Amino acid sequence: MERTFPSHGTKSELHGLTVVVETHAGDLCIGRCYDVVTEGVILLDADTHAAGSEGVSRAVFLDRAARFGVWPKQPRLIIAREDVVSLKLLADF
Amino acid sequence: MPYSPLMVRPMKEELTSIGFEDLTTPEQVDAFLAPKEGSAMLVINSVCGCAAGMARPGVHMALEHGVTPDRLGTVFAGQDLEATARARSYFADIPPSSPSIALYQDGELVYFIPRHRIEGRSAEEVAADLTSAFDRYFAMPAE
Repeated sequence: MERTFPSHGTKSELHGLTVVVETHAGDLCIGRCYDVVTEGVILLDADTHAAGSEGVSRAVFLDRAARFGVWPKQPRLIIAREDVVSLKLLADF
Repeated sequence: MPYSPLMVRPMKEELTSIGFEDLTTPEQVDAFLAPKEGSAMLVINSVCGCAAGMARPGVHMALEHGVTPDRLGTVFAGQDLEATARARSYFADIPPSSPSIALYQDGELVYFIPRHRIEGRSAEEVAADLTSAFDRYFAMPAE
């Protein structure tokens, strides 16, 4: 089904939605999108799975997030545009 | 600081008018979730647009289904702070989000819809998720 998004004035259509940002380094950043601007993606209440980190695997991190959401470990996170490989809704995982 | 009770009242009434118990204290939450028999739905309500556009209408539609929970309760995030914290303590492994919806069967959490499964979807899709869960967890086995 094609998604439609409510308007949020001057902000991105993803404003307020929980998204997954994959970076060139292989990190997964998941949080509530505040805006997508020239400089990059601004997330609120985010959590990050760093590539190569110990602990839960990237797949498990993503699976848990898709089922239950993420803990708000980073109140505000900015991912530079040049680092972004993909930007998707968490609900699509 | 909590929201004005006057502001959230109509948002609460969308649920209380269809049979939800408004749980405003930790004690009320405990009493609602204490029974170890039967089924229950707990809605963590909120002021955000996805609660207004998808969650509450979706819950409303789902309760027109043939199979529904025995008990209905709601807390309001950002308003009834202690009650919401107590409700979340019953599923402490799950990150906090609102709106969200928890289903219980015989005192056990059996299904949970976090905010990101509500936002960006339609009320009909939320209702479909709920009715599917009602059938799966609450339907009486065929004789």
